Amino acid sequence: MAADQTILLELGSASPLDVREAGAPAGARTGPRATVPGRTRAAVLAGLLPVLVLLASEAAGRLGWVSSNLLPTPTDVVRALVDLGGRTVLGHLAASTARVAAGYAIGAALAVVAGSLVGLSSSARALLDPSFQALRAIPSLAWVPLLLLWLGIGEAPKLAMIAIGAFFPIYMGVVAGIRGVDRKLVEVARLMRLRPVALVRRVLLPAALPSVMTGLRNGLSLAWMFMVAGELIAASSGLGYLLTDGRETSRADLVLAAIVLLAMLGKLSDAAMAAVERRLLSWRDTVDVEARGP
Amino acid sequence: MRMIERLYGEPRRDESHRGPQVSQGITDVPSGAAMDIHVRAKRFGQRRVLDDVRLRLAPGELVCLVGASGCGKSTLLRIAAGLDAAFDGRVCVDGRAQIGPTPAVGVVFQEPRLFPWCTVADNVAFETGGAEPGDARVAALLDDVGLREHAAALPRQLSGGQAQRVALARALASRPRVLLLDEPFSAVDAFTRMKLQDLLVDLVRRSGVATLMVTHDIDEAAYLADRVLVLQAEPGRLRETIDVPLPRVRDRADPRLADVRSRVLQALHDAHAL
Repeated sequence: MAADQTILLELGSASPLDVREAGAPAGARTGPRATVPGRTRAAVLAGLLPVLVLLASEAAGRLGWVSSNLLPTPTDVVRALVDLGGRTVLGHLAASTARVAAGYAIGAALAVVAGSLVGLSSSARALLDPSFQALRAIPSLAWVPLLLLWLGIGEAPKLAMIAIGAFFPIYMGVVAGIRGVDRKLVEVARLMRLRPVALVRRVLLPAALPSVMTGLRNGLSLAWMFMVAGELIAASSGLGYLLTDGRETSRADLVLAAIVLLAMLGKLSDAAMAAVERRLLSWRDTVDVEARGP
Repeated sequence: MRMIERLYGEPRRDESHRGPQVSQGITDVPSGAAMDIHVRAKRFGQRRVLDDVRLRLAPGELVCLVGASGCGKSTLLRIAAGLDAAFDGRVCVDGRAQIGPTPAVGVVFQEPRLFPWCTVADNVAFETGGAEPGDARVAALLDDVGLREHAAALPRQLSGGQAQRVALARALASRPRVLLLDEPFSAVDAFTRMKLQDLLVDLVRRSGVATLMVTHDIDEAAYLADRVLVLQAEPGRLRETIDVPLPRVRDRADPRLADVRSRVLQALHDAHAL
């Protein structure tokens, strides 16, 4: 059982969650919960820019300032979606979402395993990390021809694309999280004679969680991007297909509709992840958490 | 003895090392001491940090260790805690040679070092896997340190003094024979420090735990200690032992404490610590 010793020795001294400095009076840490007027104000501010842009483009289209072939008005975009029919639109959304979910799950699982290995053992790090860093530098589109050659034009290359996209940010987050665990906390765990598995489960993973969550969120947004790259080629469903279809038929309204749907899906899934993150990391002593309320 | 030295050379925590062959080597340890440390030598590279340091802690005794920065105080404490096994010598707890950390020795560091994702109660009971709902043992420990109301709080909601109280409760959770403290009250304000000092005296008196505390604060050493050990630097040696034969409930204004303080100061001066 030399593993735990290696772990103990390898942990970096950087401490993102260093035990907080003493001296603050009791109760000073119960941050103010965001008030209802405050939230309304934030929502209004957040919506201001999109609404203005929508109004401006609508006006520009109606007044004939720009050709509606190049910049369809928002109502044109909505009409394009309506014309496609709810079932078709939902079908595209479902196809893309299912691909992202499956590809992301594969990529995340592999990344957590590989990241944990590299984070915990210096030999695994020496063996794997340089190669991963090189692979990480490959642009998403460069994978497309290779995956098509290897995996054909079915679902497999698309899932592989998405998994690749999700893998690297998550891998980086897991490695950084584990290597950045406060050495002082590990020492406490050592005093309590935690076995290697318990050390990982009860100390290293919780301590690494903030960084892992950041990786998971970044990985999810990259998964959406890689999904589009995968669907641009040889797909008959999904938002990437809608984009291609719009371009081939010179329908800017379809392209814009697909883009808007992508933005909404990305935003929604990120918001869901952020909610999970807030819940899991409510123990964190950061300005971030306090501003959002417990 | 070779056997023992080899075992000490390995920073292992495996308690199977506390086998009979180890015990044979320590027959010279008198019974009664909760902890008996003998460091023949501790080196960092070529530098000899500790040189023939021997100290014994009786149950219920509170010993303060003072000395200049870098004289090896903290190193000695880490050796006693079982966190540093790369030295020549031995540590005995309750007359048995001890390698690596043990539940018989509790440690409080300068920082509280609480696990930020665990509640106060779970931090106190961390060693046994967290607090059960309505855990009487944890409630009693939190009661002892005056934090019964804070069992469900997260470390981020505590003040520095409260966090250090939790650290004390956690160190005492395994009912240790020995309590080691490394400048535990140096990061809190003066009033909080006085309260924590009185709490420590109270805890030591009630639990009978043998206590070794590293401190920079001469007032603190005089007020708390039954004995003050002065360590000199380069190499770290025990320079002097100053007994403080004053009653346990002490008055900070007691003129006899001033006498103790000046003796400690003189000893530090002699040790070229000042």
